[in-house]
Amino acid sequence: MMNNPSTPAIQFDKVSRYFGEVKAVDHVDLEIIDGEFFSMLGPSGSGKTTCLRMIAGFDRPTSGKIHLYGQDVSSLPPYERDVNTVFQDYALFPHMNVEANIAYGLMVKNVARQERTKHVDEMLELVRLSGFAGRKPSQLSGGQRQRVALARALINHPKVLLLDEPLGALDLKLRQQMQIELKAIQKRVGITFIFVTHDQEEAITMSDRIAVFNQGKIEQIGSPSDIYERPASSFVAGFVGTSNLVGGEIAKRTTGSEQTFSIRPEKIHIGSVSDNPASGMISLDGVIRDVVYLGLFTRYLIEIEDGVDLVVVEQNLKSTSMDVLSAKGQKVKLSWHQDHISRVGG
Amino acid sequence: MLNRISTYFYQRPKLVLALFLTPPMLYMLVVYLGSLFSLLINSFYSIDDFTGMIVREFTMRTYAQIFNIANREIVFRTAAMALVVTIVDALIAFPLAYYIAKFASPRLRTWLLIAVTVPLWSSYLVRVYAWKLILAKEGILSWFIHLFNLTDALDWLLGLPGIGGSSLSLSPIGMFIVFVYIWLPYMIIPIQTALERVPGSLLEASSDLGARPSQTFRTVILPLAFPGVVAGSIFTFSLTLGDFIIPLTLGNSKFFIGQAVYSYQGTGGNVPLAAAMTMGPVVIMVLYLLIARRLGAFDAI
Repeated sequence: MMNNPSTPAIQFDKVSRYFGEVKAVDHVDLEIIDGEFFSMLGPSGSGKTTCLRMIAGFDRPTSGKIHLYGQDVSSLPPYERDVNTVFQDYALFPHMNVEANIAYGLMVKNVARQERTKHVDEMLELVRLSGFAGRKPSQLSGGQRQRVALARALINHPKVLLLDEPLGALDLKLRQQMQIELKAIQKRVGITFIFVTHDQEEAITMSDRIAVFNQGKIEQIGSPSDIYERPASSFVAGFVGTSNLVGGEIAKRTTGSEQTFSIRPEKIHIGSVSDNPASGMISLDGVIRDVVYLGLFTRYLIEIEDGVDLVVVEQNLKSTSMDVLSAKGQKVKLSWHQDHISRVGG
Repeated sequence: MLNRISTYFYQRPKLVLALFLTPPMLYMLVVYLGSLFSLLINSFYSIDDFTGMIVREFTMRTYAQIFNIANREIVFRTAAMALVVTIVDALIAFPLAYYIAKFASPRLRTWLLIAVTVPLWSSYLVRVYAWKLILAKEGILSWFIHLFNLTDALDWLLGLPGIGGSSLSLSPIGMFIVFVYIWLPYMIIPIQTALERVPGSLLEASSDLGARPSQTFRTVILPLAFPGVVAGSIFTFSLTLGDFIIPLTLGNSKFFIGQAVYSYQGTGGNVPLAAAMTMGPVVIMVLYLLIARRLGAFDAI
């Protein structure tokens, strides 16, 4: 069956999954485009992993339908779906070596041994593990296991590859390296990747589009820049990056509306009290309550009213740690461009 | 004072280790290996046929006696029984252990494990005698068989040469049933433990990669549970090899190793022959373990 480019890779049609009283996934509608790198982002218990498990077939929706390239797969077992998974704990078979692990998908389909070896070699090359075929999983490092898990899932050339927080167990350096590598592999094989993570930075780095999950529902779907610059809700603003939420009286004074808005810490400029705001700028007076020097940049906590603090981040372009730390207690004027706020309602 | 003592020991971890290990090691060496060794020594003595006294001189004569036809048959009969009991126990235990490990809710699992182990709390003798009554000619089992009009089938079974007899309790078939029952918990627990350690994600991964449930069972579950099956089979096999109560209580007059040892060292007074007979199961078990290792049973541990 050819994949019609207009048919979504995955389509959720009012999908719900209840565990007793708990609504893990609650009436989710979702379309994932063929060939894209799609991330499901959210805190633990937000329903993103349940969605992934329902696509894989490990779990079935309580109600609603899941379509894979137009085919209703809602009640198909995992072994009849053209979808493969990279597991959080890699789930490599401990009693098989790397070669047997990668060849497993072909072995259960009775592909001839010679053919299998050929494909395994290709996969080992793709994940840069040539020469490791004879090792047991226990003889590999975390990063190497990760690559074996990836190769094993890709050897069947699935229509969609599911990745369940696959980088969670790796250290920071390796994680960043794997992020770039995963993205490159996805480009090369051209398969739709669905990536589940709770790490917003990871989602922003790798994804074409992101769905932000919260309490079983999707709060927002969009490109990384959409999500970051124009968060649709206060939850998204708070979960993706740091955000200042301003509402009530202060919002009314500065923007003319009581509706809550969010402003990113790096968009706020700290100036002296005597500065006159330029046109299009919103300004507020405040006192520096706290300073955290972080090397590359400094984080300020600035009180703009009793009990209302804004977080502001400034790069340490010219200032030294002595300069920034002595700023504590100073009166300042904060300003930002009116286009940089986003209304999050509520 | 107490502080100074604890500091003294804290600074000498090797002394602490030695103090902790010496008593159990001594026990191991003297009581456990020592008795095995004296068994070995005794098996190389012989008995004076005329006086019935033990001759404490090194000889292979006693071992030669094991290889006479009667004793060879005893060893063969016992090993065959142990093998069949082990296989049947494994076949019964696997699905049960699999259900307990992978499907039962935590609450049900606890109850099932209790149900499996509770029989071990009651006396082994009582259970064997209970089975003797159950299997007796006028016992409850025959009554049930009669109820279902299967008496002919039972008669046919009891008429089989070699394993039949006048009633279930007086035939090798009855012995076999009781052996299977008595050692079953020793097979269930190790398999259940092995299966419990197989992460659910491995089964999901297998299914995800296209394996049907039967393929997952063959290629993932069975190989990973195999060490558990071997551990269980070591129990069922060796316990059957050495048991003398069941052959004494049930079955026909044909001897099993345990029974033979019992009568040689007791009524027969032939301790060397009893010792040599005992070395039989020991040798069989060593061979068994070597084969199990060859099969990779201990690789996944």
